[in-house]
Amino acid sequence: MKMMKRWLTSLGGVGLALAAASASAEWGLNMRQGVTPISQEVYSLHMTILWVCVAIGVVVFGAIFWSVMHHRKDKGAVPAKFHESTTVEIVWTVVPFLILISMAIPATKVLIAMENSSDSEMTVKVTGYQWKWQYEYQDSGIKFFSTLAKSTQDARNLDYQGDINEVEHYLLDVDNRLVLPTNTRIRFVITSNDVIHSWWVPDFGWKKDAIPGFINDAWALIEKPGVYRGQCAELCGRDHGYMPIVVEAMEPEKYQAWVKAQKAGLSAADAEAGKSWTKAELITKGENVYNANCAACHQANGKGLPGVFPAIAGSAIATGPKAGHIDIAMNGKAGTAMSAFKDQLSDLDMAAVLTYQRNAFGNDTGDAIQPSEIKAVR
Amino acid sequence: MSTATATHDEHHDHGPAPGLMRWITTTNHKDIGTLYLLFALLMFLIGGAMAMIIRAELFMPGLQVVDPMFFNQMTTVHALVMIFGGVMPAFTGLANWLIPIMIGGPDMALPRMNNWSFWILPFAFTMLLSTLFMSGGGPAAGWTIYPPLSLQMGDGFPFMIFSIHMMGVSSVMGAINVIVTIMNMRAPGMTLMKMPLFVWTWLITAYLLIATIPVLAGAVTMLLTDKFFGTSFFNAAGGGDPVMYQHIFWFFGHPEVYILILPAFGVVSQIIPTFARKPLFGYSSMVYATASIAFLSFIVWAHHMFTVGMPVAGELFFMYATMLIAVPTGVKVFNWVSTMWKGSMTFETPMLFAIAFVVLFTIGGFSGLMLAISPVDFQYHDTYFVVAHFHYVLVTGAIYSIMAATYYWLPKWTGNMYDERLGKIHFWVSTISVNVLFFPQHFLGLAGMPRRIPDYAPQFTEFNMISSIGGFVFGLSQLLFAYIVIKTIRGGEKATDKVWEGAEGLEWTLSSPPPYHSFTTAPEVK
Repeated sequence: MKMMKRWLTSLGGVGLALAAASASAEWGLNMRQGVTPISQEVYSLHMTILWVCVAIGVVVFGAIFWSVMHHRKDKGAVPAKFHESTTVEIVWTVVPFLILISMAIPATKVLIAMENSSDSEMTVKVTGYQWKWQYEYQDSGIKFFSTLAKSTQDARNLDYQGDINEVEHYLLDVDNRLVLPTNTRIRFVITSNDVIHSWWVPDFGWKKDAIPGFINDAWALIEKPGVYRGQCAELCGRDHGYMPIVVEAMEPEKYQAWVKAQKAGLSAADAEAGKSWTKAELITKGENVYNANCAACHQANGKGLPGVFPAIAGSAIATGPKAGHIDIAMNGKAGTAMSAFKDQLSDLDMAAVLTYQRNAFGNDTGDAIQPSEIKAVR
Repeated sequence: MSTATATHDEHHDHGPAPGLMRWITTTNHKDIGTLYLLFALLMFLIGGAMAMIIRAELFMPGLQVVDPMFFNQMTTVHALVMIFGGVMPAFTGLANWLIPIMIGGPDMALPRMNNWSFWILPFAFTMLLSTLFMSGGGPAAGWTIYPPLSLQMGDGFPFMIFSIHMMGVSSVMGAINVIVTIMNMRAPGMTLMKMPLFVWTWLITAYLLIATIPVLAGAVTMLLTDKFFGTSFFNAAGGGDPVMYQHIFWFFGHPEVYILILPAFGVVSQIIPTFARKPLFGYSSMVYATASIAFLSFIVWAHHMFTVGMPVAGELFFMYATMLIAVPTGVKVFNWVSTMWKGSMTFETPMLFAIAFVVLFTIGGFSGLMLAISPVDFQYHDTYFVVAHFHYVLVTGAIYSIMAATYYWLPKWTGNMYDERLGKIHFWVSTISVNVLFFPQHFLGLAGMPRRIPDYAPQFTEFNMISSIGGFVFGLSQLLFAYIVIKTIRGGEKATDKVWEGAEGLEWTLSSPPPYHSFTTAPEVK
């Protein structure tokens, strides 16, 4: 009933929106021109082919409509007798062929330019995970995961009561943005840790599949600073719709400053991992790690999805010996969606999330797992 | 041949067995054709109901109706049901009904196999649909069942694989039957180049089926052994190759696209001349164009996978080959337009659907040409632009031709005229709503909405709402189609033998409905 009401309100909204249609620029009708030289070439190629198709369409559909209007029995039309002509058959084989050649030439040029990722000035490795992205800056050693922002995470549930339109950048926001310099030839090497994903930022003009066991490459030269949003474009399981990509492009000087700050942050984090943590600290930290990494499958309440994703609440593993729990989280379970988190989480995050799991959802083991215990099994 | 048939008839009754057993044990091409068509209608409604769930979830951003996991099952099973349960059995049903009476034969050449090839299907689809209720749910990795994702499926996995095998066996048997019938059962004088185009397109389709279905069977069997027997065909960690699956799948998958559309070309080539009262323009070029399309369909498969990271030379080859398909397809469209040109047209429901087919299929062809251009495909790929494209060619292409065929031959099949007024209402409601449904999806795709997502960013809301409203109207209007068909089966104004003023062909020389054994004496074709 509540849903019906929401629907009816939205239906009214459609009417209003339609009335104001032309005024709204939000209604993206066409491909984006993007912010790289390639994306602009792709856009103009798209427009050329679109107009060629429109022109052919006008001729063909025009002939059909003329025929439907004039060559009809109720207007007394008498059927003509002709039913073949080798000449016209040759004409309408050769002419389209020539049109196709004229399309293929610019397409070939753009394709060759796109696929030439040599002479790059920096390299970013992109790894797809169910369901987040990992970025590694090959030159500076910076490495982090980028997951769906908390604001969307909270709003994307079946029982969400609020208004989606008030969530800023719903579905297209992440916790850690991929920061890149402008006017730099950047090479992306793209792979996956589990299933096939596809890394796509429409403003760059391409998408490329992230395939386990393969390394694909592509490149971009961003001409304008700004924030560019995209999404995973290859079905990758339950949360395929929830692994956005956000790129923040900034001038090279600002980018260098960002790199410096990141490196300083990394060494601070190393120092933190060495100390001993109280159970309460671990649980607080672990809840955030859980929501970013585990909740998509095992759900925020730890109950999982029956038959698809097992529950953590009351599970034999999460309430059993520590070693078994650490093992499955570190190494995953073959043949299932449970991936190995060994390389995804730091010692501290792993310790925190396991401590959280062992003490939340009614799992009152009372244990705390320290980062040092994780380090010991690496 | 004809004397053997005659003696055979003397020893048997001339009518069907009574009751339910008639349908279970039947070896009659018309009974089996009817079973196929009714089965396809049922599957069309089931697959349609799944599409309604998809459109309901996509009506607004956020999650309102189903869990994303179930959403993925709906998109996957919707496709499998529509392709393998709706369109393919519908065309096999048409082939069963029409090929013998178009070529002047008494029945299909292999009647017992015909019975079997139909009766496998209800079991295959019961099994496929039952996976939705198993632990872990139905297939959710898309109809292409790409590994490694598809290998994450729960208990239903082996049942899905086995149901695909059964569908494949059914299709291959149907295809063998079509080829053997056409090669051996033609009336004297019915040379290959005199055959109606529907027979021609089905002959070529049957070869495509025999060539490609075993490839699909091989691919899914390898998935099965990867999952249960420790092989690593597609597992990179074990030395396998997940991209190899895509090559194998699409080597089946692209000809499959033409399996779904060539018989539609045949149907439309029968209907347009009838209502234009003018012979089909360029008959022989139509045959050659069909054969060219079939050949090209084997060398374009990787255009479905431009983004997997192929060498530039490979991308160029598949782009050029794909663009080439536009040439024979264009020839077909130009021939249909020329058939209408300077005809004397009337616009009964079958003709309306046939003209809509030509226009809307051509729109799908244009977006297909755009998708062929590989550098631009990097933007279009896996977005709603692709969804719009293949629904234009499959819904307003294949399914429109099936509806046109139903209205065109239903009076022949049942002996009753359908309700022309209701037929026209069905046509107009469907045609307006189907465009409201699918046209905005072009915009969504270009604006950056990926396909197969249960939820979207708010800037896509308006077009999704419009699309959903079109979807609900289109879905409901198909109940009217089912009603019209059932009403016609049950009675109505009696149809003449010729039914349509401009109809040409052997099927119109038989009574409406035709006798149980069609042509018991072969007609003479001049």
